Amino acid sequence: MAVVFEKPKALADIPLHYCPGCPHGIIHRLVAEVIDELGIEGRTIGVAPVGCAVMAYDYFTCDMIEAAHGRAPATATGIKRSRPENVVFTYQGDGDLASIGMAETVHAAARNENITVIFVNNAIYGMTGGQMAPTSLPGQVTQTSPYGRDVNHCGWPIKVCEMLATLEGPEYITRVAVNNVKNVKNAKKAIKKAFENQIAGKGFSLVEVVSACPTNWGMTPQKALEWVESDMLPYYPIGVYKDRTAAKEAE
Amino acid sequence: MKTTQILIAGFGGQGILFAGKFLAYKGLMEDMQVSWLPSYGPEMRGGTANCNVILSDTPVGSPIITAPDVLIAMNLPSLQKYVDTVVPGGQIYVDSALIDVKVERSDVEVFYIPATQMAKDNEIATLANMIIVGHLLQNHPELSFDGTDAVVEKLVPPKKAALVELNKKALALGKEYK
Amino acid sequence: MAERVLMKGNEAIAEAAIRAGCRHYFGYPITPQTEIAAYMAKKMPKIGGVFLQAESEIASINMVYGAAAAGVRVMTSSSSPGISLKAEGLSYIAGSDVPALVVNVQRGGPGLGGIQPSQSDYFQATKGGGHGDYRMIVLAPASVQEMASLTIKGFNLADKYLMTSMILADGTIGQMMEPISFEDAEVETYEKPWALTGTKGKREHNVVNSLYLKPDELEVKNFQRYERYKLVEENEPMWEEFMMEDAEYCVVAFGIASRVAKNAVVAARNEGIKVGLIRPITLWPFPKKALEAAADKVKGFISVELNMGQMIEDIRLYTGCKRPVALCNRCGGMIPSPDEVLEAIRKAQKGEF
Repeated sequence: MAVVFEKPKALADIPLHYCPGCPHGIIHRLVAEVIDELGIEGRTIGVAPVGCAVMAYDYFTCDMIEAAHGRAPATATGIKRSRPENVVFTYQGDGDLASIGMAETVHAAARNENITVIFVNNAIYGMTGGQMAPTSLPGQVTQTSPYGRDVNHCGWPIKVCEMLATLEGPEYITRVAVNNVKNVKNAKKAIKKAFENQIAGKGFSLVEVVSACPTNWGMTPQKALEWVESDMLPYYPIGVYKDRTAAKEAE
Repeated sequence: MKTTQILIAGFGGQGILFAGKFLAYKGLMEDMQVSWLPSYGPEMRGGTANCNVILSDTPVGSPIITAPDVLIAMNLPSLQKYVDTVVPGGQIYVDSALIDVKVERSDVEVFYIPATQMAKDNEIATLANMIIVGHLLQNHPELSFDGTDAVVEKLVPPKKAALVELNKKALALGKEYK
Repeated sequence: MAERVLMKGNEAIAEAAIRAGCRHYFGYPITPQTEIAAYMAKKMPKIGGVFLQAESEIASINMVYGAAAAGVRVMTSSSSPGISLKAEGLSYIAGSDVPALVVNVQRGGPGLGGIQPSQSDYFQATKGGGHGDYRMIVLAPASVQEMASLTIKGFNLADKYLMTSMILADGTIGQMMEPISFEDAEVETYEKPWALTGTKGKREHNVVNSLYLKPDELEVKNFQRYERYKLVEENEPMWEEFMMEDAEYCVVAFGIASRVAKNAVVAARNEGIKVGLIRPITLWPFPKKALEAAADKVKGFISVELNMGQMIEDIRLYTGCKRPVALCNRCGGMIPSPDEVLEAIRKAQKGEF
C-alpha cells in the first residue's frame, strides 16, 4: 500500500500540548519536513523560546536547547559560532522575538548571523493567557488591552519584516501565512529557503509566519483563520522583504 | 628587606604610565619583586594621571602607595597633592620647567630637573618623563644604568621603533644632568 | 623556570583563558575590565578562536550559554553593573548544568556606582545574583599571577562540576601589572556527552534545558545539583594562611584587601601583636575548615573588605559566631590603608570589636 501521509522523522512521536486549532502544529511540521527533505536532522540544533513553543525541545528530534525569554538569537549565535558546521535554528513567538528579545533579533540580523529564525506572529501572548503583544493590531482586544489596543496609549504594532529589511545585514527576510493550503505550501518553500541559505553560508534568514491563536482571540479555529485573512494580512502583508541573493541576481 | 615605593604623577599624556612601566621592568630585570598600578578611567583623559611602582626584594604586599619613598612630580597639582605623603628621608623629583615652586620640606631630598625644557631643546619633546627617570637611576644603585637599553627596546612597540633611540637619549640626558 | 613577564591582571586572565583552551569569548565593553576584551579581540582571530562583541551583557551571557551547551570552553567578562545584567543567564546556565567562566572585575556600586575598585558584589557572587537555588564557584585572585592560575583552575572546575566559575576580581588587580609566568598551567579536559553537537543520527537528541514543569522533577534536579555542590564544598575550598601559627587575632580578607591587610599584619607583628591572616581564595566554597580551626584558637576576627560588610556575615556564619568579628572597611572605590587595618588590629587587641 502506498504511503500518502506520514509524520516527519524530525518530529517526535508524542502528543503536542498546543490548543486545538493552533497553527503551531502546522509550523512545527513544516520545519520538520524541511529538515527531513534536506537530510540535516543529525546536524541540526534547535533553539526553543519562552512562549507557547517553550517545549519545542521535546517535539523536534534534533539536539535542542531551551533559551531564556527573547534570547534565542544570542544563544543560537553562541552555538553557531562554536559549531559552524551545524545547522542552527530558533523558533520564536512575537513577544519573545519582537518585544523582550528585539535587541537580540536586530543585532543577530545586523551581524548576518548564519542562522535560521522561524518567527511565529499571532499578535498575542499565548502562554501567559492572552496579553497584548508587540504585534497586536490597533484596536485588538486582549487581556491587557481590554478596551482594544489604544495606539495613543501603548503605541503601534511593530512590523518586524519591514523593519529588519532596512538593515544591510540580513540575507533573507520574508513573511508567510498558514491560514490556507496555498499559504501553507508557500510557507514551506520559504522555510526551506531559509535553511538552504544557512547551509550555503549566506547568513541570517528570518521567516515570519502569520499565525492564529483561536483560544486567546476567543474564536473558533475556522473563524480565527478568517480573521488572519481579513485583519492580520492587510496589516502584515505576505511577501519577500529582503532577499540579497535574488536582488544581486536581478542586477 | 628593601622596598622602594615610587609614585609618579602628572598630566595625562606626559608618559607617566610609561615611566612607571620602565621602572617596573627594570626592577624585574634586577630580579626584584615588582608591582605597577595605574590610575584609570575618565581622569586619564587630560586630567591627572598617576602610577604606583613598588620594587622590593620581598613579595609586594599592597600595590597601593600611601607613603612613597620617591615622588616624581611632573606638574604643580601633583606636587601639591603628594608632597606631604613622601616619607621622611625620601626623594622628590620635580620637573622644574613646569613647576616654579620649591619644596618646603627639609626632611626629604629634592631634585629639580627642567626636564620638559631639556626635552624641547633636544627635540625629544614627549620624553621629559624619561629624562627624570634617567636621573633617578643615577641615584639608585640597586636599579643601576646597566641594561636600560634592553628595557627600552622591550617597552617601545615595534610600530614606534624610532622612539627607541630617543628614549635612550632622554635617559642619558637625565643621567648626565647635574 | 618559565620567563617572568609583566602583565596587567586583566590581560593575564585573557592569556590564561586562551592557554586553558578557551576559544570563545563573548562580551560587552565596561570599565575596568575592557583589556580582557581587547586582548581577546586581538588574539582570537589569529588562533582560530571567536571573539564577538555582543549588543549587550544580556546577549553576551546568552551567547555563552549557547556555546557552553555546544560543548566548548567559553567565557565572558564584565564589571559589576554588567554582571547584574548577566544574572539572568547565570541562572539559566546553572539550571541547565553547563560549564562557563565569568569574570567580574568589580567596581563600586550600587547602580552605576563608580569605576574604582570594590568588593561589593560579594553577596551577588556567593549568594546568587540570579533567581533560583544555585551556586557558582567563586575564585578571588589577589595577584596578577593568580588572575591567570585561577582562570585556568576556574575552567577546570566548571567542566568538572558542570557549573559556572566566577573570577571575582576588582579594578586594582585588573589594572595592575606584576611579573607572571605561565609554567603551571594544568589544563584538564572532560568528556561532554551531553553537549549539542548534532545527533548525527547515532543517538537520541540531547536537550539542554532548565524548564521542568513537573515540580517533583524539578526538585530532583535541584537535589542532584546540590549533591554536586556538596562535593565542591568538600573538595575545592582554597585559602592562604599567613602568620597564623601562634595568632591570637585573625584578619580575614580576600583579593586586593588581603594585600593591604598583609602589610598591616606585618606592621602589627612588629608591634608585638600576635595576628595572622586567612585569605579565602575560594569565596564559595568558603574555607570553612580554616575559619573553624582559627575560631578555636583566636580571640577574635577582623574582616577587611571593600564594601559595607558582606563577607563578615559568612565569617560569623561559618564559625557559628564563636568569636567576635570586627569590620574594617572602605567602599565606593576607596581602599583602606595598611594603617587603618593596623588600627583595627590594635583595637581588637584591646577587646574593641
